[in-house]
Amino acid sequence: MSLVISTISLGLLWSVLALGVYITFRVLNIADLSVEGTFPLGAAVAAALIDKGAAPLAAVAAAAAAGMIGGALTGLMHTKLKIPALLAGILTMIGLYSVNLRVMGKANISLLGMDTMYSRMEEMGLSKEVAVLAAGVLVVAVIAALMYWFFGTEVGMSIRATGQNPQMIRAQGVNTHHTILLGLILGNALVAISGALIAQNNGFADVGMGIGTIVIGLASVIIGEVLFGARSFKNSLIAVVLGSIVYRAVIAAVLKLGMSPNDLKLLTAVLVALALSLPLMKEKILAAKGGGANAAR
Amino acid sequence: MLRVEKVSKTFYKGTVNEKVALDNVSVQLAPGDFVTVIGGNGAGKSTLLNAVAGVYPVDGGEGRIYIDGRDVTKMAEHQRARYIGRVFQDPMLGTAAGMMLRENLALAARRGKRLGLKWGLPAGETAFYKERLRALDLGLEERLDAKVGLLSGGQRQAVTLLMAVLQRPPLLLLDEHTAALDPKTAEKVLQLTEQIVSENNLTTLMITHNMRDAIAMGNRLIMMEEGKMIIDLAGEDKKNLTVARLLEAFEQVSHKSFTQDTALLSK
Repeated sequence: MSLVISTISLGLLWSVLALGVYITFRVLNIADLSVEGTFPLGAAVAAALIDKGAAPLAAVAAAAAAGMIGGALTGLMHTKLKIPALLAGILTMIGLYSVNLRVMGKANISLLGMDTMYSRMEEMGLSKEVAVLAAGVLVVAVIAALMYWFFGTEVGMSIRATGQNPQMIRAQGVNTHHTILLGLILGNALVAISGALIAQNNGFADVGMGIGTIVIGLASVIIGEVLFGARSFKNSLIAVVLGSIVYRAVIAAVLKLGMSPNDLKLLTAVLVALALSLPLMKEKILAAKGGGANAAR
Repeated sequence: MLRVEKVSKTFYKGTVNEKVALDNVSVQLAPGDFVTVIGGNGAGKSTLLNAVAGVYPVDGGEGRIYIDGRDVTKMAEHQRARYIGRVFQDPMLGTAAGMMLRENLALAARRGKRLGLKWGLPAGETAFYKERLRALDLGLEERLDAKVGLLSGGQRQAVTLLMAVLQRPPLLLLDEHTAALDPKTAEKVLQLTEQIVSENNLTTLMITHNMRDAIAMGNRLIMMEEGKMIIDLAGEDKKNLTVARLLEAFEQVSHKSFTQDTALLSK
């Protein structure tokens, strides 16, 4: 039972990352690798502040602000300096590695025994397990609701249109540099918040904790869409959160079955590669049968 | 309404591939003019349209572009968009496929306006969209919540046309907007174009490969070749134009017979 609860809780905390990746990867149609730098950045900022005695919520807010700056750097390199998005993200990711070391002053900050978001909730009489679950539910509900609202506003609609068809939305008078920048800022804010939440749950922040986060985010988004659909924006948001939980469940299951934790990243990479190639394989199979609508291609 | 003065555009300047796509072109459109532009591949038609739309800057120097009296030469594409409605050759380019028809229209209804954090789909606008869609006579007024990607190419092109004129722009640019459609659908979209342009008395620049369409539509015809306007017919001359007369005029002006790449024009 406790494994189930902790899996769900962890899935919720990670789903904040997945929602951030959803903004860049699905809404903006950009594979943004800054995530690998802004996730540990969020963890580092929150841990460093908590270590200095800051209130846990303020630390999470500061982490979000730091993530925004990271996203803005990638966005500015991509739009103003015309660096391809993938490369701009890599540059941010690499640069932030040094920044994260500076922020923490060392490679690792332990939060054991410190005042975290969860310990604050434990003080209200909850067990650690329930505290993390409650925090996860609360944070994810607020973030998903805010996202649903924002992407339904005029500005949010123009960001969605930018990802779909930049030429069209420019012809409708929108500066796509601004919309891309805004999307990357928001996405990385969520990623950094996720880093801050995970660090407090793990009891430490580590400079290496960003490795593979983009793939974890993509896996959650894709698993969610495949299992729970993407009919509407609201549907997608819920699917991404559930996808993140399913991903954690898969990880918990294979570990339980005796897989070495060292092999997890390989498993995730293979899963994502398979999922990303699914549409093409489907088409090829249909073409081979001679019945596909796009068989001629 | 549109004034293009001495505009040139050179691609790949200073390389072996240097190509002068527009060569010191000047043209002026009066309010309500519906001008068809015709010419072979590489004649400069699309370059002219893209230069006006601001897709790329024109060559520096004295070249100037004015829309509705405003100098837009230095304006970015998205800044000019408030003065220009555009329909592209590729029916996929004018709309966002994964967004609802309603959302596409809402974005067009806000073209050039400051976007804020107001809800993008106010219920109060539904009646307006339905009324405008009904005028297209394609049954789209019942499909406001459908994703545009589910519509056919012709329907999408009709929607793009509607989006382009939703705010009655000072200038409408049509870039071979029926070239990618089957003949029957192309016919329907051209009909809609004539209807919409005349109802709103829009100043329009329409590129086409099709001589018959160029002759049948609008009140003025321009033929381009090698980045220059070589024929410009309006009024009675345009009204009485036939394909044969146009070819004759072409041969007189260019001292060439109508062959080879110019023959890419379809009669």
